[in-house]
Amino acid sequence: MGDWLLAPAHYERLLEGTIATVQILGLSFAFGVVLSLLFGVARLSKRRWVRAAALVYVEFARGISSVILLFIMVIAVPILFGLRGASVMLWGSIALGLNMGGYGAEIVRGAIQSVPRGQTEASIALNLSPTQRLRHVVLPQAMRIILPPMGNLTIEILKGTALVSVVAGFDLMRATQNLVSTQLSVGVAGVTVLFVNVLLIYFALAQIINGLFRLAERRLGQRFEERRGRRADAIPEVAL
Amino acid sequence: MSDQVDLEYQPHRKWYRRPDVVVPAVLVTLGLSFLAATGTTQRSYRSRMSAPGDTAFDAEYFFHLVPQMLQGLYITARSTVLGFLVAIVLGLVLALGRRARLRVVSWPAIGIIEFVRSTPILVQFFFAQALVRATPALSLRGVEILMLVLGIHYATYASEAYRAGIDSVPKGQWEATTALNLSPWTKWTKIIIPQAVPNVLPTLGNYLVAAFKDAPIADAVLSVAGVLFFATTIRNNDFRAVEPYLLIGVGFLLVSLPAAWLVRRLERRIAYERT
Repeated sequence: MGDWLLAPAHYERLLEGTIATVQILGLSFAFGVVLSLLFGVARLSKRRWVRAAALVYVEFARGISSVILLFIMVIAVPILFGLRGASVMLWGSIALGLNMGGYGAEIVRGAIQSVPRGQTEASIALNLSPTQRLRHVVLPQAMRIILPPMGNLTIEILKGTALVSVVAGFDLMRATQNLVSTQLSVGVAGVTVLFVNVLLIYFALAQIINGLFRLAERRLGQRFEERRGRRADAIPEVAL
Repeated sequence: MSDQVDLEYQPHRKWYRRPDVVVPAVLVTLGLSFLAATGTTQRSYRSRMSAPGDTAFDAEYFFHLVPQMLQGLYITARSTVLGFLVAIVLGLVLALGRRARLRVVSWPAIGIIEFVRSTPILVQFFFAQALVRATPALSLRGVEILMLVLGIHYATYASEAYRAGIDSVPKGQWEATTALNLSPWTKWTKIIIPQAVPNVLPTLGNYLVAAFKDAPIADAVLSVAGVLFFATTIRNNDFRAVEPYLLIGVGFLLVSLPAAWLVRRLERRIAYERT
């Protein structure tokens, strides 16, 4: 059993890397969610050119490989536009967020389409503005359908954050490679053990994300149940 | 949709007698085996043009890289396809293992599927590389590690697709096999799998495209001479990063978008016939 553990100093390094990974994940998740909502709604726009632009973006983001997108965003784009000292973490997160947005937009679009048409018609009848309609009527109901696939997508993005190490960003994988290149005493078999530990860390992170999304789903479900319960109470009153 | 159109299709036809399933499947298989069997592969890349010193985008330099990029793309596509063949077979084994009534079989299968699915393929490449180096009995080239790891990674995805496909076979069919006292072998080969396959095909197609998008990762880790390796080599030789990376982005889209489109067409066809 002892063979499968590393020295405490190694775990400290891995912890630093894990924190960096979580930061990158948070940044790219934020970018990704904003882009998904934006383009998910744009895909259902009334204007033709908005729909077309959103479609082009979605096809681009889903068609390209995330590694190649990372290389383009982190290396090619700063050179092309003469941005000196561009942060790898920031541009890497943008690349991952762009990638996530493409998949997320399709999830959001599907969820919005699954909200019954009567809801939209009712909110038009109540004279809500399109923004109010989206914010207070359609999206809260779409949320229940968005959450489960969004959890899976977030895990995919977590897996994508490991690629930031390939473009010389600092994250858990870079910390691991630093350990490999500096701690030569670990030996050949030791490197395998090190990677097993790293795989377990990623697995644990994925389980945490999974748990968080499950929790959010439960909370959302409870809120819907409460409202439905209140409405069920309200109906007999009206009937009286 | 009118009833007339629906009547033309016979949903109870076996999947291998349905032209809309078989024609794409045969074409894809032929294309893939052609891809796998022929063609020379390159191990190093070199630009034939000296690049100007500035950092602006140079169209002439960009286009002169195209033939070599195609070489790299070919290597990436080929190893993806061969790796995915591993995934298709191993995925079925994992899916059946997960359904097994014996917990000794089903629990490890669930464990493997969940673990491999939620860890990055990059780390898995590194792990496999370290494992191969640590085990003297194994001596694999980078491409072979790529194909194996990609195969195992996507086998776990494929197993979920198979599971959904098997679950989508109506309960009545299962009960009927029991009522008819069919042996497990007949039940699976004649009843369940033939009905599950058409439902699984589009999902597997999606995963093939996803695997193709993950394959360049191995270029950076295992020095497989694929597209990303091509771009990095050119960048190291010529100190020009913009053109090669943009070029492989374009090249990638030119392959993955038509592939995704074909899969979507297949999906629509099959969904149409089922309803």
